[in-house]
Amino acid sequence: MSSDHDHHHHHDHSELSETELRVRALESILTEKGYVDPAALDAIIQAFETRIGLHHGARVVAKAWTDPTFKEALLEDGSKAIGTLGHVSRVGDHLVVVENTPERHNMVVCTLCSCYPWEMLGLPPVWYKAAPYRSRAVKDPRGVLADFGVTVPKDTEIRVWDSTAETRFLVLPMRPEGTEGWSEAQLAELVTRDSMIGTGFAKTPEAPS
Amino acid sequence: MNGVHDMGGMDGFGKVEPEPNEPTFHADWEARVLAMVRAMGGAGAFNIDTSRFYRETLAPHVYLSSSYYQKWFLGLEEMLLDKGYIAKEDVAAGHAVTPAKPLRNGKFELGDLERIMVRGKFARPAPAPARFNIGDRVRAKNIHPTTHTRLPRYVRGHVGVVERNHGCQVFPDSAAMELGENPQWLYTVVFEGRDLWGADGDPTSKISIDAFEPYLDPA
Repeated sequence: MSSDHDHHHHHDHSELSETELRVRALESILTEKGYVDPAALDAIIQAFETRIGLHHGARVVAKAWTDPTFKEALLEDGSKAIGTLGHVSRVGDHLVVVENTPERHNMVVCTLCSCYPWEMLGLPPVWYKAAPYRSRAVKDPRGVLADFGVTVPKDTEIRVWDSTAETRFLVLPMRPEGTEGWSEAQLAELVTRDSMIGTGFAKTPEAPS
Repeated sequence: MNGVHDMGGMDGFGKVEPEPNEPTFHADWEARVLAMVRAMGGAGAFNIDTSRFYRETLAPHVYLSSSYYQKWFLGLEEMLLDKGYIAKEDVAAGHAVTPAKPLRNGKFELGDLERIMVRGKFARPAPAPARFNIGDRVRAKNIHPTTHTRLPRYVRGHVGVVERNHGCQVFPDSAAMELGENPQWLYTVVFEGRDLWGADGDPTSKISIDAFEPYLDPA
């Protein structure tokens, strides 16, 4: 790969963006100085692409929907309750789970940067990190929900959690109607990323996936 | 600092535009930037608060016109220059042409992966009893530090209610400036939408922040 790079040096300049060139250069510098092993960088990327993701959050939500004792423990101490599930125990000590009900709709934002429960949901989507969401979620939460096509009843309290410290918030969405008797695995399929941020609802059984 | 990163309540940025089936990364270089930031942080070149501060100090027009991972890259490069891990000569050459500086935790290698895939622990022993109780009314201080802070502008001067106590944690305002962890009590403080946004605010909305004790006065 490096000989290829050398051979096409001038060609690369015309095709690679300024940013790509600068990123490559920085990685060369860090590697040559002995700060990082490029193979370790590959491993980090692979871990972020495969190990974390919304399936962890979905599993926690589905379990809470079917197991009242777990749900109670989850709302009492999210980190501790999730820690008992084994393979999603990398969530750290500061996870708070908040429950959506007909009386209260929770949604999560980070107005100052991009704080997000990576371990439960994967890396955040671009919109979560971008100015429109970060600026408006705290001032006009119903307007933001409308951007997602989501309408919350007008008497329902909207609670916005601004993630200004290392606490991470996960929304426990309402269980969809018509799912009586469903297994945890079936229910987990209905749990969307946005429903755990509070910008969406869980899917309903009849909705196409 | 009162930077453009402190976006809560600003107008004019338009609608939220979710991307269907969004990929984890939109380009390979984004993944490399994420990995470099995690690796250099894991190697001990900087803490998470310092890395946030360097993104916040990007020039406002750069911050607003850069993508997320561009901001991460620009912040990383500037931070490594400032801390002496790389030199302008290295950047100009696109290769290491100056000597390396020892890293606190040494070179980041494959064996270090597991350590950074577990979230950091931020709880610390309390140096003093908590000043506030659940249910207390508190006023967010009207402070405007030019250094890093996690007290957003939109709550400053407003009265809210302490809802949760998260224990004592590393104080980002100190840690970001490399002045030590200076642990402080951390509370969830909830504000009424109309208290923050006036008569036009949504009367059904409540907004909370996680506030460190030095951000708060009794009300």
